[in-house]
Amino acid sequence: MILLTHNMLASPMKEASKQLHLKIECEEKVEKEQEYNADFLNRMIERIDWNSFCAAAQSLDVGNGLPESKEQVDSSNEEQMKKIHHALMEVDVVKGSLVCTETGRKFPIAAGIPNMLLNQDEL
Amino acid sequence: MKLKQLEMALEDVDVFEKPKIHLEQYPTTPHLAACFLYDAQNRFDDIEGKMVCDLGCGTGMLSIGASILGASYVCGIDVDDDALCIAAQNVGHIRFCTIEETETQGEKTEADPSGSDAGDEEETRIKMATVAVEERRWRARACYDTVIMNPPFGTRCKGMDIIFLLSGLCLARRAVYSMHKTSTREHLLKKAAQYGLQMEVLAQLKFDVPAMYDFHKKSNVVIEVDLIRIEVPPSGVPPSLITVIASSHSWFA
Repeated sequence: MILLTHNMLASPMKEASKQLHLKIECEEKVEKEQEYNADFLNRMIERIDWNSFCAAAQSLDVGNGLPESKEQVDSSNEEQMKKIHHALMEVDVVKGSLVCTETGRKFPIAAGIPNMLLNQDEL
Repeated sequence: MKLKQLEMALEDVDVFEKPKIHLEQYPTTPHLAACFLYDAQNRFDDIEGKMVCDLGCGTGMLSIGASILGASYVCGIDVDDDALCIAAQNVGHIRFCTIEETETQGEKTEADPSGSDAGDEEETRIKMATVAVEERRWRARACYDTVIMNPPFGTRCKGMDIIFLLSGLCLARRAVYSMHKTSTREHLLKKAAQYGLQMEVLAQLKFDVPAMYDFHKKSNVVIEVDLIRIEVPPSGVPPSLITVIASSHSWFA
């Protein structure tokens, strides 16, 4: 699970608000180089939840040097853009959990695939 | 890339090991997937450089096809862990770049088996998540450019085809591509018109359903399937549509 994927997920718990950030508990991550595409990255920045992205990046130790808000993103600053690219696209959590901070429910990440399914009694 | 090349590249994608009937797991054939994606790219430019979501991706046939055609990022979503495991293997196995190489060299068939780590870069472009589409409790906002799907036709679980379609419409910014039984065409066209959405039937295809399940009496059944495209208006899907989804699913704010 890369952070771009993480950003599109929400806690499926009934009690949780849809905009809630899912905390990442990372047990294993790998970094894979990905082609840098400025146009694509700009379009992604426009649509991601910035606070959630930054919090997730911090928890994976790749948050240094990221702008604090979307407004501070300077697309002409390539160094900054590459940092965003790295955090958003190149760090892959292969094992760990996503935690719904409102309910504490953990969703496992195995083989890089987050599992957001609920049990019958949680539906 | 030519249609035939895309289809051949997809021949290597493994399908369900033990298909689950309650999920209506019928594999998308390489031919169907190739036709589907080729149209989406060449007629509408909806794949290359785009952020794509494959709803109910199964073993990843459409996801991989979209990646081969140059999607910048593909998220494959499915409720079935087992299918996603096979999808992950498929993504790892397909050697994307060798296909492109042979294309530029003017050859067409043989992919270079020594193809080094050519697939690595492509592999990182496809990500998967286990999510129940009918709950749609991930951030159902328009964060993808294009949503592609071969949804359950709703024969086992009534209305599932529509739930997939509506979910797709909430997730896409440009368009949703889907396959539906031709017998439901009139109904879909009417519904789309009702919400002011542009729906186009791109092609009518034959979907070969092999006798995979015990209850299949005939050895092979061919059903008529429409490949459709619904365009998402620049202003997004109409609020009235979202209300419809909300009323059937209380969680949807």
